[in-house]
Amino acid sequence: MSIENRDHIEEHHTNIWSYVFVLLALFTLTAFTVLTAIKVDIGSLNIVLAMIIASVKASIVALFFMHLKFEDKLTWLYALYPLFLLFLLIFFTLMETFTRVPVLK
Amino acid sequence: MSTTTADHTEDHAHAHGHGLGEAVTHDAAKFGMWLFLGTEILLFGGLFAAYALFRAKYPDLFVEYHKNLDLEKGVFNTFVLLFSSFTMALAVLFAQRKKQLYTTIFLAITFVCGAIFAIVKYFEYAHKFEDHIYPSKNIFYALYYMTTGLHMIHVFIGMIIILALLGMNMKGKFVKGRYTPVEVGGLYWHLVDLIWIYLFPLMYLIG
Repeated sequence: MSIENRDHIEEHHTNIWSYVFVLLALFTLTAFTVLTAIKVDIGSLNIVLAMIIASVKASIVALFFMHLKFEDKLTWLYALYPLFLLFLLIFFTLMETFTRVPVLK
Repeated sequence: MSTTTADHTEDHAHAHGHGLGEAVTHDAAKFGMWLFLGTEILLFGGLFAAYALFRAKYPDLFVEYHKNLDLEKGVFNTFVLLFSSFTMALAVLFAQRKKQLYTTIFLAITFVCGAIFAIVKYFEYAHKFEDHIYPSKNIFYALYYMTTGLHMIHVFIGMIIILALLGMNMKGKFVKGRYTPVEVGGLYWHLVDLIWIYLFPLMYLIG
């Protein structure tokens, strides 16, 4: 995002068929995550698998539908920074809760 | 030479009010939306953190009670919302290419998808209320109603934005001028989809 007088909004080099392909990928991954949740029992790894698939889907939506693929570094930074904050929030909340030592009896 | 450039710049100052080129205001609007989406992620983030905490504390309760959720409706709604993201992306594409009719069609389809999602969700909630399952039942249902409810509010706001975009498009605003509002409104709609992509497995597919 350089501060200059550009008058042409950059075209995204996407076409309809690439969006169709993205949609089919999202549908396939949804079917896959439902099937693995119902049919496959890998204990606590089920939720990990579901979250990995969800993250792949979310990345696809962000990269293609939200055009993140074509954005500059600053937009990437501001798209990813909240995820880092989210990680801090969840990780340290869990750490704190499960390492509490009762002080009073 | 220099006078021509000055005149040119002045024209733009009048046209856009800021003296910056179209592309700069377009990028700034998009960037502003990305900033806002960051705050939205953290708004839901508090609930996701609560989910992680209570699920870790009471895993059996979460596994037991998620079975009461209507998986078929959840899957259906996931497909509807993913499809609506697709039609929104197409609406942006056609607005960019100044195809007014196609923009109208795909914005309308996106709106209808949002409405279908809301109707299905209404029946899901209604059925739960009939069974006397309220947020106060347990921590799983408290989180279920909070997260899906907050998400539902975002769907409604997204639908209002799409209606506004439809109105602007009907007046030919995106043919005459920039299509920036469609792009930025689209970003918001995709976020609604992004949140659901995580909510769906967390609520319907655990255990």
